[in-house]
Amino acid sequence: MMGSAELRNHEREVAQFQLRIAVAAFAVLAAFLLLAGRFVFLQVVQHDIYRAKAEENRIAIVPVAPNRGLIVDRNGAVIARNYSGYTLEIYPRRVESLERTIDELAQLIEIQPRDRARFNKMLQEARNAESLPIRTRLSDEEAAKFAANRFRYDGVEIKARLFRQYPYGDVAAHVIGYMGRVTQDDQARFEQEGSSPNYRGTDYIGKAGVEASYEHELHGTTGFEQVEIDAAGRRIRTLSRTAAISGNDVTLTLDIRLQQVAELAFGERRGALVAIEPSTGGVLALVSKPGFDPNQFVDGIDPQYWGELNKSPDKPLNNRAISGVYPPGSTFKPFMALAALQLGKRTARSTIVDPGYFIFGGRRFRDSKPGGHGIVDLHKSIVVSSDVYYYQLANDMGIDAIAGFMKHFGFGSRTGIDLQSEAAGVLPSPEWKTKRFRRLADQKWYPGETISIGIGQGYNAYTPIQLALATATLANGGTMYRPRLVEHVDRPRRGERRYVEPELAHRAPVRAEHVEFVKRAMAGVNKEGTGARAFAGAQYTSGGKTGTAQVIAMKQNEKYEESKVAERFRDHSLFIAFAPVESPRIALAVVVENGGFGARAAAPIARAVLDYFLLGKTPAGMDPAPEDEDAEQEGND
Amino acid sequence: MELARLPVRRIGQRLAEGIDPTLLVLIVSLSMLGLATLFSAAYQNPARLVGQLANLGVAVAAMWCVAQVAPQTLLRFALPAYAIGLALLVAVALFGDVVNGARRWLNIGIGRFQPSEMMKLALPLMLAWYFHKNESTLRLRHFALAALLLAVPVGLILRQPDLGTAALVGAAGFYVIFFAGLNWKVLGGLGALGAAAVPLLWPFLHAYQQRRVLTLLDPSTDPLGAGYHIIQSTIAVGSGGLSGKGWLNGTQAHLEFIPERDTDFIFAVYSEEFGLIGNVVLLILYALLIGRGLVIAANAATVFTRLLAGAISLMYFTYAFVNMGMVSGILPVVGVPLPFLSYGGTALLTLFIGTGILMSVNRHRKLVQS
Repeated sequence: MMGSAELRNHEREVAQFQLRIAVAAFAVLAAFLLLAGRFVFLQVVQHDIYRAKAEENRIAIVPVAPNRGLIVDRNGAVIARNYSGYTLEIYPRRVESLERTIDELAQLIEIQPRDRARFNKMLQEARNAESLPIRTRLSDEEAAKFAANRFRYDGVEIKARLFRQYPYGDVAAHVIGYMGRVTQDDQARFEQEGSSPNYRGTDYIGKAGVEASYEHELHGTTGFEQVEIDAAGRRIRTLSRTAAISGNDVTLTLDIRLQQVAELAFGERRGALVAIEPSTGGVLALVSKPGFDPNQFVDGIDPQYWGELNKSPDKPLNNRAISGVYPPGSTFKPFMALAALQLGKRTARSTIVDPGYFIFGGRRFRDSKPGGHGIVDLHKSIVVSSDVYYYQLANDMGIDAIAGFMKHFGFGSRTGIDLQSEAAGVLPSPEWKTKRFRRLADQKWYPGETISIGIGQGYNAYTPIQLALATATLANGGTMYRPRLVEHVDRPRRGERRYVEPELAHRAPVRAEHVEFVKRAMAGVNKEGTGARAFAGAQYTSGGKTGTAQVIAMKQNEKYEESKVAERFRDHSLFIAFAPVESPRIALAVVVENGGFGARAAAPIARAVLDYFLLGKTPAGMDPAPEDEDAEQEGND
Repeated sequence: MELARLPVRRIGQRLAEGIDPTLLVLIVSLSMLGLATLFSAAYQNPARLVGQLANLGVAVAAMWCVAQVAPQTLLRFALPAYAIGLALLVAVALFGDVVNGARRWLNIGIGRFQPSEMMKLALPLMLAWYFHKNESTLRLRHFALAALLLAVPVGLILRQPDLGTAALVGAAGFYVIFFAGLNWKVLGGLGALGAAAVPLLWPFLHAYQQRRVLTLLDPSTDPLGAGYHIIQSTIAVGSGGLSGKGWLNGTQAHLEFIPERDTDFIFAVYSEEFGLIGNVVLLILYALLIGRGLVIAANAATVFTRLLAGAISLMYFTYAFVNMGMVSGILPVVGVPLPFLSYGGTALLTLFIGTGILMSVNRHRKLVQS
């Protein structure tokens, strides 16, 4: 039973609701009348104006993509240029059956299975693209053949386009990077940045390396052409043209010949090398092996080649120089020595006895030389690479002091080089450990862990560029410049040149005499120590340090025998160097993955690089520079 | 023969049960217009047509199923649907796929799914259920909580960012609150507050959203970027004239001046080819559809069905008004499809399920009368 009050209440509610329905209906009607009014205004009142505009729309505005800027090395050698070629493009929305159209085209022009595979891949990736290339780099004969038969193919057109070309092939591939088709994500990014109008007409952009990080300089400004088109949308003639402005040319600090020497010295081995000019931060060479051929990417990569690159266990697309992390091994010792002097933990004269092992908390830390090095002072500890000296030193300093000092040399933080996807590495500290591990027991820092930090093992993990930058900073007396690849940017037609000024990144708090001591000890390494064999007979002075980084942990008394360890578990071979000792012009770091002892694999590579850089000595078997043929550049500035 | 015909008729009767002929005729007419326009927009390429027919098949089946369900059963779905929708939106915010720079999609193994779409119905369902539950004790605080129930999903969708869907979901929720009887004074106050907040919220819009609004005010400032859509679609509408250029004869669409001509801008193609007459026919069809929905709402038996039917009807209005307003250049460009005409399976599914709910409400208008 419902009370009468409640009933009345209910009725009032319904009445109220129906009133609101009526209000809503009125609002809908009003809004639709507004729309109708707008339609009448557009379609009746202003119909003539819009009819004329639609008529004029036979005149299409077609974007003219600008020429991409060149990339040249510090000596003016061109390492990325453009050449013009024809592509055969299909407009997927205009054809009934893609399969049939391609089959019909194949009767006229050679279309290989890989062309089809690439086309299908692009179709999936860029669903909204107006046109997609089925064939690139048509010969003049093929272009003429298609032009004569064009009427038979609706929705297929021939286009003249500029392609990127890298005359040095796979040399410096990771520095140059590669080009790729604009994806939907790129498109959305342009939209956000407000640069999408400038990218209408651009199909390929830089995806990695300098091509990506200097995309905004290299791309240029898109021009526009007014084109009269027929009812089927085909071009009849060009009415007017606003020229595109070519992209700026980018000059690198890199020396491509030096880069070639370094890559040749690596051979087929995996690893990385970074060479830096200490007084400016300019990168002279940046190697990551294995590499790839960026020429394979320029007209849409063949899915098979792409698959091989991605599936290879060697990860050739990965730029090891900036994103690979390695324990520095004994190359860490010069910095430990400098820390010891700076923090007053050791003097140049104090000595220890190295019996070949160091015992801490019941654990035996072995020296790489069985029996040890006997009486060792600081200088000798670097020259002969005594492990026991640094086990003790690390223990005396403690982890906080080590981490606090090393960060002044850039260990464990991104260097800020002008490339994308740089890794930060790990400068181990109790704070880092707390953040890194989830389980409480794992978060605690044990004093025993500090011991192996002293010889560059343990949690230490740095990128080759960090190692090179630390070496450059040491060579430069503690003054660190941000590493960079670009020397200057040119706007060729206007003769404008913008220099990228060296950027002071940090001044490490170190005394000059301490730096000098460590540099002298490193010179000793190459004269009479672990680097002496690799640098025998060098006609210049140099400082160096070998390093060997463990890939797998060894049991306490197990002996490491290279021949018994599978190739992938062999130690990494490292070397850092700078030269000449008096006023260093170059500092470098080399990592050879699974190369064994640092003196054997990495040091000779460093020697080859320094020989070329300081003496101009080219090794046997080096390719001559590619002919600098005139790159075909359409004048549209 | 007699025996064979009998089950056919029985099956026919069973199928027609619960289906409101008026609604059916209206949405089928709209869908037919959509197919015709789509055929033209896709250069008479039948592939798109087949795709849309498949979408329609699924949507009609879903509508039929929903129409068979009694509103009491729908009532039970309200809370779980809202909770799941909200959970999915949170999941999207945490680990959704980024497409076109916005985090809207959730990968569920078999394909990607846009949870914000589900909220278009789940939010009005939830709010209608909430007001239904508190029918006899409705106070201002109930409205405050309802506003919160609305603000959370809308805020999550705004963050994706997806201004268009956020506006649609927000509107759907607001309609329920409006029909539930929110005080006129409060409504007016909120309206004034909203108008005052516009200049304050302006800096929080994304740069591209600001650009779209500014472009609306003066499209010529950016003829090759954001203004391009508006300029070209306005030309398409205007050049259509009184009777249009005729089916398959629109030059704007066929010369590729209209972007997204088979989805969000399909109205430009329609309007160019069928002219003012076609537009008026379309407006009338929408008006009849919305009107029928409002009548069903007015006669509905319970608070829940009343509010739900009212909100769904006005949801159709929002879609149609925002889309046509955008194409004819009086509203900024947001991603809203034209109901029943634009290509796209998800939007069709939502619309047809909505119609199914209206049919169910209509069928049970007397049965539950107290």
